[in-house]
Amino acid sequence: MKDIVLIVTAVILSIAAAGAIYRIAVGPSLLDRVLASDVLLAILGAALAIDMAVNRHLNNLVLLVALTLIGFVGSVTVARFVADRRGQVNDS
Amino acid sequence: MSRKRISFRAELPLLVWLVVIWGALWRDFSPGNLVFGALIAVVVARIFYLPPVELSGRFNVLRAIPFAVVFLGKVVAASFQVMYPAIFRGPSVTNAVVAVPLRSHSDLMVTATGHVISLIPGSLIVEVDRSTSTLYIHGLNVRDQSDIAKLRKEVQDTEASLIRIMGTRAEVDALQAEGWPAMRGAGS
Amino acid sequence: MTPNATGADAVIDAVTAVLLIVGALMSLGAAIGLLRFPDLMSRMHAATKPQVLGLFLVLAAMGLQMREWWVWPILAVAWIFQLLTVPVSAHMVGRAGYRTKHRHPELLSADELEAVVLRAAGERAAEKAQEADSAMPRNGNGGRNGRNAGADGGPSA
Repeated sequence: MKDIVLIVTAVILSIAAAGAIYRIAVGPSLLDRVLASDVLLAILGAALAIDMAVNRHLNNLVLLVALTLIGFVGSVTVARFVADRRGQVNDS
Repeated sequence: MSRKRISFRAELPLLVWLVVIWGALWRDFSPGNLVFGALIAVVVARIFYLPPVELSGRFNVLRAIPFAVVFLGKVVAASFQVMYPAIFRGPSVTNAVVAVPLRSHSDLMVTATGHVISLIPGSLIVEVDRSTSTLYIHGLNVRDQSDIAKLRKEVQDTEASLIRIMGTRAEVDALQAEGWPAMRGAGS
Repeated sequence: MTPNATGADAVIDAVTAVLLIVGALMSLGAAIGLLRFPDLMSRMHAATKPQVLGLFLVLAAMGLQMREWWVWPILAVAWIFQLLTVPVSAHMVGRAGYRTKHRHPELLSADELEAVVLRAAGERAAEKAQEADSAMPRNGNGGRNGRNAGADGGPSA
């Protein structure tokens, strides 16, 4: 049971991570890449949580809380930066 | 000191939230730890001064619980509604940007509505106009006028229930005068 | 998970397994959306919404497995932070995307923001034209062609 769940979720998450990485590599624009890296971070968080649930430990719990807490800072920063730079180009 | 004094009552939700986080991060909910956390919360709130969030001072728990349940259901529905066009419609999906005027002009209410809207089926805030308190919402899989009307009604229903939970007295009265749940038209 | 579980343990383990697999499928749904949707805005829908439910399911599975009450507040705090931060980043990315013309107008069935943006841009152009007119009264149609001068003069955020 435990092994089956671990294998199934690992396969699903690997495929999902591959998709996100493909989008990071291909992504036509910077914002697409930021979005895809956000998804990759969420997949990582899901993997941490699944490991904790299946193996019944709480070693990564604080890391998970920190991920949900500050994971959005990166994409907000990049979004702000992109918007600002384009704004200046348009104004000139 | 020119800072505006914050009443203890207005600060209480923030302090309770800080204490919960303190206990959660220490993984220890013993009374001693919670009291120490409360002390630190008061000190932090006093030293690192931020403009207070202007709460309306009322919170209707009886309406909040069904709202939370409905919200959870909508989050579940949202995920599947997004996955369906992702898998079956793919590149041929059609979207729309819809302007939805809100009733309330308080920042708290606009923010809360925006958050809830971002999390429920196929909608996402693109732009906010604070002066007229209008949300510009990007809807996924919105094909024609009837879909747009549905999206607009959904947003205004959400705002109405949020006002019922934690709006000010005046906003609730305005809602009553409108004859809720009959919705205001989409006119500007 | 308990090896060779019986009774209530087996039921809890089965529920946990379902929650974990559905939670993982949510991540997969987000990835499929990222790959298949044609423009940035649709991809944002796929990237933000399934994550919230996916994290909720996985955290619920954790709570079921730990069987200690003090875990639940931590998991609730983690999920609430997710609820608070996901719309913020989605809005910021969406706003930047709209302003930098990442949207594809041919994929929109209606765009009620565009009219507002164009009007604001038009007003700005008209003001510029007026200034130009007052500065150079002889020049009849001075500055009238500033109509498409930057569409980021929309409503202030």
